[in-house]
Amino acid sequence: MSDMAAHGTDARRLVDAERVVKNFRVGGMRGGHLVQAVSGVSLHIDRGETLAVVGESGCGKSTLGRLILRLLEPDSGVVRFEGRDLSALSATELLQARRRMQIIFQDPYASLNPRMSVYQIIAEPLVTHRVCKSKKETEARVKQLMAMAGIRPEHINRYPHQFSGGQRQRIGIARAIALNPSLIVCDEPVSALDVSIQAQILNLLYDLQREMGLTYLFISHDLSVVRYVSDRVCVMFLGKVCEVGNTEELFANPMHPYTAFLLEAAPKPDPHLRKEKKALLAGEMPSPVNPPDGCRFHTRCPYAMEICAQEEPELRPIEKRQVACHREG
Amino acid sequence: MGEGMTRAPEYGETLRIKNLRTHFFTRYGVAPAVDDVTITIPRKGIVGVVGESGCGKSVTALSVMRLVSRPGKIVSGKVLLDGEDLTAKSPREMRQIRGNKISMIFQEPMTSLNPVYTVGSQVAEAMVIHQGAGKKEARDRTVEMFRSVGIPEAEKRFGSYPHQLSGGLRQRVMIAMAMVCRPRLMIADEPTTALDVTIEAQILHQMKELERNMDTSIMLITHNMGVVAEICDYVYVMYAGRIMEQADIFSLFDHTMHPYTTGLLGSIPRSGRGGGRLYNIRGMVPSLLSLPKGCRFRPRCERAMPECAEHEPELYEAGRGHWVRCHLYRDSGGGETR
Repeated sequence: MSDMAAHGTDARRLVDAERVVKNFRVGGMRGGHLVQAVSGVSLHIDRGETLAVVGESGCGKSTLGRLILRLLEPDSGVVRFEGRDLSALSATELLQARRRMQIIFQDPYASLNPRMSVYQIIAEPLVTHRVCKSKKETEARVKQLMAMAGIRPEHINRYPHQFSGGQRQRIGIARAIALNPSLIVCDEPVSALDVSIQAQILNLLYDLQREMGLTYLFISHDLSVVRYVSDRVCVMFLGKVCEVGNTEELFANPMHPYTAFLLEAAPKPDPHLRKEKKALLAGEMPSPVNPPDGCRFHTRCPYAMEICAQEEPELRPIEKRQVACHREG
Repeated sequence: MGEGMTRAPEYGETLRIKNLRTHFFTRYGVAPAVDDVTITIPRKGIVGVVGESGCGKSVTALSVMRLVSRPGKIVSGKVLLDGEDLTAKSPREMRQIRGNKISMIFQEPMTSLNPVYTVGSQVAEAMVIHQGAGKKEARDRTVEMFRSVGIPEAEKRFGSYPHQLSGGLRQRVMIAMAMVCRPRLMIADEPTTALDVTIEAQILHQMKELERNMDTSIMLITHNMGVVAEICDYVYVMYAGRIMEQADIFSLFDHTMHPYTTGLLGSIPRSGRGGGRLYNIRGMVPSLLSLPKGCRFRPRCERAMPECAEHEPELYEAGRGHWVRCHLYRDSGGGETR
């Protein structure tokens, strides 16, 4: 897929990440350990689509989201946004690019400054990027954004603590869309919310996507949410991509064993689908400090063969899917 | 509504929470967090209590344990464990009951374990205190319990400290601790909410196994309808301090009655976006300090009628063992509950 972008043949492509690597050094004593958070991930996001990244805690999905926004610098690899290498941009160019990419965080309690009013929070990006010519114009735009995100206009001077979790998430969304971005990274945007509120926020994200032509990178551990919101899914395990494919096809027919276990494990809201014997994944997630050799999943994989412990499987195209498994292809 | 749960009599019941009211006396007024709640936990089976944040499900559990702290207070009602009223017990008697006859596991196992003791010694301690077990016996039974909750290398794990274990293993230790005195009742408050799905599936499987093999009743508190559907046999749906609907698991999902339950189930994304927007319940949970008049769900209800604002509905039996607090079912033939 990287070839196509390199040749500049595909104008639909908004983000192109190529063999991105990010390690973190943790623990100060005698050099500490190296946590391999993202280990050579390649993926692309097309304009107007929603790409979901799923995986369990520690799989590197949030780090990947931050690398794509260049909130973190990759150790190696390239992230192209609108065809340009983000790490090659000058400070002014990066500032311009930043207008086009935004993020919504999981915890609406921690991601809003408690000392700023709703007006100040939503106006901040407008002021920083000098979008509005006058105070009056800024205020009008803030009110418009509040309406789009479903916040009552009379609450414009309230502070975050005066809102519920769902309302705060709406404020975060209003801030994210303020500059008419093309990409929004949604990092577990509904995980902290009750189901009835979760549905309201998912509907809002859906409406905004259609109205504004937004592209979402949707990071989540919740498979039912992912299935609902995304066009394509990328499944990650311990810093690596296991499988990428069209959402419906991937849910109907998972090819990578880890994807299959993940789908099986998720609790289904229908008692008739209960199983006496669920195929459970044995053991725990291996440590990203010391990942297994070969395929990183092989220590938990019931189908592991000799080669799986020795050689790391490449992400290969199979039909319309990409799968990193020695059994496939 | 005490007769709400009609089970075959030979099963008997372990716990009956009867007309429980636990209110919080705050500076701004009285918040009826649990308001006339009756729940029966039979000897066998897993009972789910489900609802959104602030519905009173955790306060109900804490009331059973008598762990509600000021400004909260049990105002009235009974908590009968094998017929004995826990609300009448002295603090000293309650300490004998907690961890022994009733145990509880919480969402975040890290905060419930003492970081400076090994997990094995913490589990064994419960047995020494409550059952006067000798050190050797306590250790052996702890290791055995670790095995039965699926902790690998149980012998070795006895000497581990909480920080050396993953979240899933810690939750298993908590379950071992809860089960080691063979309690009459285990209350699990969001036991898998902090865990990854593959680990969640393991823990739910383990709880089902324990329920099957040991003589312990389980009360599972959760906001997750998926978890309820996986392992519960009977379910209570709470909203703003009240039971709104209670039914056998299949009856609840197949013949959902209360508009709130319908909304909860409808809000769960089930498939791709083919169907467009998700169903959602409008508005949000009311403040307990200013509850609406009449039915507490009325301001958010799509099927609200004029009388819903007038008076609050009783729990009506609208199907066999299926009770619902909604005027729509008043004339469903089940009759009034009390």
